[in-house]
Amino acid sequence: MTQSLQTHSNPDLRPAGLRGVASDFASDQRAFKTASWGKAMMWIFLLSDTFVFGCFLLAYMTARMSTPVAWPNPSEVFALHIGGQDVPLILIAIMTFVLISSSGTMAMAVNFGYRRERGRTAALMLATALLGATFVGMQAFEWTKLISEGVRPWENPWGAAQFGSSFFMITGFHGTHVTIGVIFLFIVARKVWRGDFDEARRGFFTSRKGHYEAVEIMGLYWHFVDLVWVFIFAFFYLW
Amino acid sequence: MVEIPSGDAGTVPSAEVEDVELYHPKSWWTKYVFSQDAKIIAVQYSVTAISIGLLALVLSWLMRLQLAFPGYFAFIDADRYYQFITMHGMIMVIYLLTALFLGGFGNYLIPLMVGARDMVFPYANMLSYWIYLLAVLILVASFFAPGGPTGAGWTLYPPQAVLSGTPGGRDWGILLMLSSLIVFIIGFTMGGLNYVVTVLQGRTRGMTLMRMPLTVWGIFTATVMALLAFPALFVACVMMLFDRLLGTSFFMPAIVEMGEQLQHGGGSPILFQHLFWFFGHPEVYIVALPAFGIVSDLISTHARKNIFGYRMMVWAIIIIGGLSFIVWAHHMYVSGMNPAFGFFFATTTLIIAIPTAIKVYNWVLTLWRGDIHLTLPMLFALAFIVTFVNGGLTGLFLGNVVVDVPLSDTMFVVAHFHMVMGVAPILVIFGAIYHWYPKVTGRMLNEALGQIHFWITFLGTYAIFFPMHYLGLLGVPRRYYELGETAFVPPSAHTLNVFITVTALVVGAAQIVFLFNLVWSLFRGREAGGNPWRATTLEWQTPQTPPAHGNWGKNLPVVYRWAYDYSVPGAAEDFIPQTEPASGVTREVVA
Repeated sequence: MTQSLQTHSNPDLRPAGLRGVASDFASDQRAFKTASWGKAMMWIFLLSDTFVFGCFLLAYMTARMSTPVAWPNPSEVFALHIGGQDVPLILIAIMTFVLISSSGTMAMAVNFGYRRERGRTAALMLATALLGATFVGMQAFEWTKLISEGVRPWENPWGAAQFGSSFFMITGFHGTHVTIGVIFLFIVARKVWRGDFDEARRGFFTSRKGHYEAVEIMGLYWHFVDLVWVFIFAFFYLW
Repeated sequence: MVEIPSGDAGTVPSAEVEDVELYHPKSWWTKYVFSQDAKIIAVQYSVTAISIGLLALVLSWLMRLQLAFPGYFAFIDADRYYQFITMHGMIMVIYLLTALFLGGFGNYLIPLMVGARDMVFPYANMLSYWIYLLAVLILVASFFAPGGPTGAGWTLYPPQAVLSGTPGGRDWGILLMLSSLIVFIIGFTMGGLNYVVTVLQGRTRGMTLMRMPLTVWGIFTATVMALLAFPALFVACVMMLFDRLLGTSFFMPAIVEMGEQLQHGGGSPILFQHLFWFFGHPEVYIVALPAFGIVSDLISTHARKNIFGYRMMVWAIIIIGGLSFIVWAHHMYVSGMNPAFGFFFATTTLIIAIPTAIKVYNWVLTLWRGDIHLTLPMLFALAFIVTFVNGGLTGLFLGNVVVDVPLSDTMFVVAHFHMVMGVAPILVIFGAIYHWYPKVTGRMLNEALGQIHFWITFLGTYAIFFPMHYLGLLGVPRRYYELGETAFVPPSAHTLNVFITVTALVVGAAQIVFLFNLVWSLFRGREAGGNPWRATTLEWQTPQTPPAHGNWGKNLPVVYRWAYDYSVPGAAEDFIPQTEPASGVTREVVA
């Protein structure tokens, strides 16, 4: 134990290599020196949520590989009939573009948040929220189109029933994440706009003082939802 | 030997963490009911978990009555029997053990043991309890729903779980069970994030990770595991809900039910088993690791000796936690999965025995030549070691594919998992309650009542579960409503069943002594004082007992040493609290 006492006072005694990593991680008071409680909590939540989406995607892949009936061709199913010809995956391409753009505006919002530029931060968060809402809107359009063509969770006109099941379940679960994100973007944007974080106003439920860091934590969640979409896009639409 | 310099305050760095902003309750409601204080939340969790656990105890009685006296109790028909068995298992594993170890002991001990004023996000912590309570209420509601609770077995294997032959399959039972689990997972996540972040980021000055008591290590690692394992159960529950409600076929192959071809087809029942056990096996250690941690502290404190091999104990906990994620398919040797998997999973399963054995050896070596006080917590800790070794050894049998195949689905399995993850953790829970009750209430539990409770429970559970190994070796299957006439089961097995049932009734009834003790001692127990066990860890050094709101008064404690300075040669007392600055005492270096 004396050793670990001395490592604090004398940097030369710090162990090297993996031992050093372990002892840094295990050092006084906090394991992640620069992360606040809120940020650490969001990261760990996202790790847990990664496992949720990972299980959903693995389950979908298992279903797709084990079902005896042929899987519908996503390029044809997700095509839009524009100007007299079928354009494969066009809607998904636009949706993906919108969502990735929203990550850009979110990153800018975080930047302006740390500069304490209240107006710009709020405006960029609003833009992010609107892009997110657009994404959900286009997803609703996609769902409507497929439902009108006869796709149901339990059957579809083109092949394996698990296609509809997995599609509605996974995009639905992701869409729920986006929707929750949009709602919280509006809430945090309102707080920023009202100046809650400048005057450290206390939260209604938690009675804790607000910080501009809330914008960054919101950003972590938003980028995560965006990243997950990339995987859904790759594994569901491109496979 | 190293000379520790005296008055070495410079070794403790200045505070990196700002103090928690506490919510100060303004009314009786926010102080005791919708409380954000982790200590109150811990008590709420514990009372709820123990209450629902008593229901599970009664269910096990009813099951045992049927097994010993088949047909004698008219109200226990086959459907009811399966409902009892299912709800008993589910309640014990999830709603009692997980909730009590993490929600109960986690909430009470983590902030106190790492020197924090509270969890980092008390509001989310409060929500966690109320959502847990909602999950329990949904579970209880299934007893009153049309068709009763589900009788699918606690593993809820499809397709039978959602078919009409299974109680609750086509009624409300399975729906309420799955909903309750989903709600439980949401609630647990809110609490679990709190426990993890509090340990990682909210410790007091001087409390490095390697100075934390093993209790905190156990609960912390188990919580991390739970946050990564529960998602698989969540996904499995959502998918099965869709299979049952929307008619999807995630887990449903083409199937004929009561002579009628169902609309399902193409799904994979094995997929559910993989998802379920990816949660289910880590779950075993989610229950076991907090028990490992707590028992280490009980042994060290009551044997007045530092824990043997502290670092190795920590690494063993972490390694067990990691390995437990790659052993899940040893629950599926007879499921029809690819036989090559069996080889891999048998190997990983047996490797887990190594860190586990290290822990057992270290407990025994801690006891060796210690100043053992046979207090109630110590008795339960010793009982745990014996029971756990017993259950662990049969685990080696079942981990091997060739031995498992004939033993699969027999009473041997029932005996194994009750020993290793039923009785063993519950013995630790009892020990822990006897140990920390004085801190929670300020009064000691009654010793005589405790002795009665201990001996009946310890010897009784052995009498219940030890003979089950023999029944299993005879080939008596588990989950059978009644055996009837079988060529391979001798009549003596029935006599043994009667013996087990009578013992189970007695052991169950003995818990009334414990409950009475809890209530009686609350008012009449001997005043405990702040540190009745003369323990080193922080929770015993609080300015008030029971600890007040905010735990520490004006200033947070500062930690100068590890949690196990017992019987240090040359020290004035046989324990040195973690808050005691280095004094110039000469001793062996542990690091």
